Amino acid sequence: MSALPTTAEKTKIAVKDLNFFYGKFHALKGINLEIPENKVTAFIGPSGCGKSTLLRVFNRMFELYPEQRAEGQVLLDGDNLLTSKEDVALLRAKVGMVFQKPTPFPMSIFDNIAFGVKLFEKLNATDMEERVEWALRKSALWTEVKDKLHQSGSSLSGGQQQRLCIARGIAIKPEVLLLDEPCSALDPISTAKVEELIVELKEDYTVVIVTHNMQQAARCSDYTAYMYLGDLMEFGSTEQMFFKPRRKETEDYITGRFG
Amino acid sequence: MMSAEQHSARAAMFARRKRVNTVATSLALAAMAFGLFWLAWILWETIHLGLGGLSLATVSQMTPGPNEDGGLANAIYGSVVMVLLATFVGTPVGVMAGIYLAEFEPKGWLAGVTRFVNDILLSAPSIVIGLFVYSVVVHPMHGFSALAGVLALALIVIPVVIRTTENMLQLVPAGLREAAYALGTPKWKVILSITLKAARTGVITGILLAVARISGETAPLLFTALSNQFWTSSLTQPMASLPVTIFKFAMSPYENWQKLAWAGVFLITLAVLTLNILARVLTRSKS
Repeated sequence: MSALPTTAEKTKIAVKDLNFFYGKFHALKGINLEIPENKVTAFIGPSGCGKSTLLRVFNRMFELYPEQRAEGQVLLDGDNLLTSKEDVALLRAKVGMVFQKPTPFPMSIFDNIAFGVKLFEKLNATDMEERVEWALRKSALWTEVKDKLHQSGSSLSGGQQQRLCIARGIAIKPEVLLLDEPCSALDPISTAKVEELIVELKEDYTVVIVTHNMQQAARCSDYTAYMYLGDLMEFGSTEQMFFKPRRKETEDYITGRFG
Repeated sequence: MMSAEQHSARAAMFARRKRVNTVATSLALAAMAFGLFWLAWILWETIHLGLGGLSLATVSQMTPGPNEDGGLANAIYGSVVMVLLATFVGTPVGVMAGIYLAEFEPKGWLAGVTRFVNDILLSAPSIVIGLFVYSVVVHPMHGFSALAGVLALALIVIPVVIRTTENMLQLVPAGLREAAYALGTPKWKVILSITLKAARTGVITGILLAVARISGETAPLLFTALSNQFWTSSLTQPMASLPVTIFKFAMSPYENWQKLAWAGVFLITLAVLTLNILARVLTRSKS
């Protein structure tokens, strides 16, 4: 359905003929998409269009629910992650995810970050402290929490909690970061901070973000995919999607005449 | 603009609403006062009569014969030992079953059956449990024993802990679980480090309430641990407990026994009240 953009970028995730079902409901219909490495790709579209569903295929999150299933191919660096024999935990270490609502774990700020690192690496105390500081600096939270690392993660404000979740995600050094409406529960100041962060993160990671906010997609993404009712309607560079969309539907959605 | 007619109709409607509200509020307050009245009376009688029978001898001396001096030391010891052991036996079983129901196949047929059986067990009269343990433990072993009492009390603890553990784990937002899985956390670690930890105050509260419940149970002990007029720390011997001693002493015609029964009632009430307040404080500090 969609015309793939001709870019010089290296593809990180290639989606081929992906169909997704919630029980009998056909939620994603033959999706084909190539997500470039070290870029921010935004998924936009009205509620229920399947953008979060698509995101949750990339780290096989849907497998937690037995009635959900995906058919087709999702190639991460050329390997189909849907049929991979590799443990799903190792996939999730490579493909991190941040959710709509901040989800600090019931433990200290420090342990929130160390928790994930300990799953995959055995670090001594000094190295662990360095890693935690690194992740907190990377997520622009260090100066705000450096004096209270041993306080509970839930004592932070919503925006700080969300950056803590991002820090937790990058602390295990993933290659891809999936963000599912990461700012929808945040105030404008926190949103601005997270958006700045997203732009910085693409230096090291491939970022995929689901958003309802057109300005957010325009501000921080390099590529944009417009989805509608389980179809990928249009995919291209954000500039092209926002200024010269190929399809009337995309234009209507982006300009707010529909959606 | 609203006409004068509309205005007065609205005013009348609002006045009626106010009257209904006043009546409903008074009824609710009356119901609360009715409940509190009995609770206050029970507490007053317990404190008033219980304190009268309470002395140092109550906690240091054994249960006496009729018209002799004595205390409740062996009954207090027996109650503490049996309640603690029953909690230690019942809690792991209950917590693990609760985890199974909430975290592993919550919709499976085994979970459905377990929930149904657990509900029956939860509402089973405690005397039924006492008689059951009598017929499967006391009778074949030819004797009453503290262990049989522990088993009967544990059977009461288990369904309470299963139910609260399951409910508390279900209250943990799915997002928290997903976030843990999204980091690549294995399931056992998600349960132990994230969901159980997030639900821990609720689970502990459930355990405390189960302890409060069994510390006053008489019927399951009557047929199992029976009672003992003397100190024993052997779990294979009959063992005294506060509720059974109260039952025996309160029914007796001897004044010193009756006094000690009240002292025992006071001690149990105090313990249960403390556990309930502790449970309340725990849940409050969480939110």
